Amino acid sequence: MTETIVITSGKGGVGKTTTSASLATGLAQRGHKTAVIDFDVGLRNLDLIMGCERRVVYDFVNVIQNEATLKQALIRDKRHDNLYVLAASQTRDKDALTQEGVGRVLDELKQDGFDYIVCDSPAGIEKGAHLAMYFSDRAVVVVNPEVSSVRDSDRILGLLSSKTQRAEKGQGGGTQHLLLTRYNPVRVEAGEMMSVGDVEEILGIPVLGVIPESENVLAASNSGVPVIHDAGSIAGQAYADAVARLLGEDVAMRFLDAPKKGFFKRMFGT
Amino acid sequence: MSLLDFLRPRPKNTANIARERLRIIVAQERATRGGPDYLPLLRNELLEVIRKYVHVGAEAVQINVERSNDGEVLELSVALPETGAATGTGG
Repeated sequence: MTETIVITSGKGGVGKTTTSASLATGLAQRGHKTAVIDFDVGLRNLDLIMGCERRVVYDFVNVIQNEATLKQALIRDKRHDNLYVLAASQTRDKDALTQEGVGRVLDELKQDGFDYIVCDSPAGIEKGAHLAMYFSDRAVVVVNPEVSSVRDSDRILGLLSSKTQRAEKGQGGGTQHLLLTRYNPVRVEAGEMMSVGDVEEILGIPVLGVIPESENVLAASNSGVPVIHDAGSIAGQAYADAVARLLGEDVAMRFLDAPKKGFFKRMFGT
Repeated sequence: MSLLDFLRPRPKNTANIARERLRIIVAQERATRGGPDYLPLLRNELLEVIRKYVHVGAEAVQINVERSNDGEVLELSVALPETGAATGTGG
């Protein structure tokens, strides 16, 4: 049984690709055969975050247009041999993706025995974003605790409930999760940033994970190694927790509180 | 909170402002979601007409589309201020 998970957000720059890379890697680390697909035609980036940019020969659009087989286009991850990347086309325009073609590629992955297909959606609500969510069973909506991101997420949640294959067949909108990124507990405590509780209450869907703001995320993308590999970083650990919850495990939220300051720092600190 | 912080002016709690603004706009957008495209326009025109007679805030007019087996019901609710001279919240 294959599960198709879309990573989406509406707004750009909130961490969809970072999240797709880390969740897919985490699922593979837990022994599940996983494919991660970049739906952002023309603005390919998942390959860079996954560190396989120099190994892209064929892409998603080549497979859809029968210019390459799926086997030729799937790039096997360097670290996990049950993890595969399907890159977006960098040269074609967005119309190269068709609903029929995307459906065909996903069906082939299902027949190949993949446990999870992670679809990395482009920003916006145009064709690429629509097709990334259309065939999904579950959705992870990536959101920053910031007004425009929260509003766009609500728009996406509306689309997830009405414009997917499941919704059209009357099977409901599928499972929806929120994943907060760039969370800064110090600023939340100072009243400068909305809390997890605020965002959860406004959007009304459960939180899968909270990724604290961390310098390790940039370091990970700099080096092309998904941050979940960095088990020493809080962002890496938070992603590992989110993967466990995705697999149905009951894991308590971590890193939601600001580090306690000592006496001296409380009196005279910044 | 350091001792020295008491000497500086406290910044406003902008997280609360963000949360309240989002509550209103998200509720409004959800109410018209999936409904006909003209709903937001209809809402604004109704608001203008009502404002000719009563001074109400931007959130005073709420529109909801309810679907039932018999079809769709357009539900309008207008919150009037408590006294005739009450002030609207503007917007």
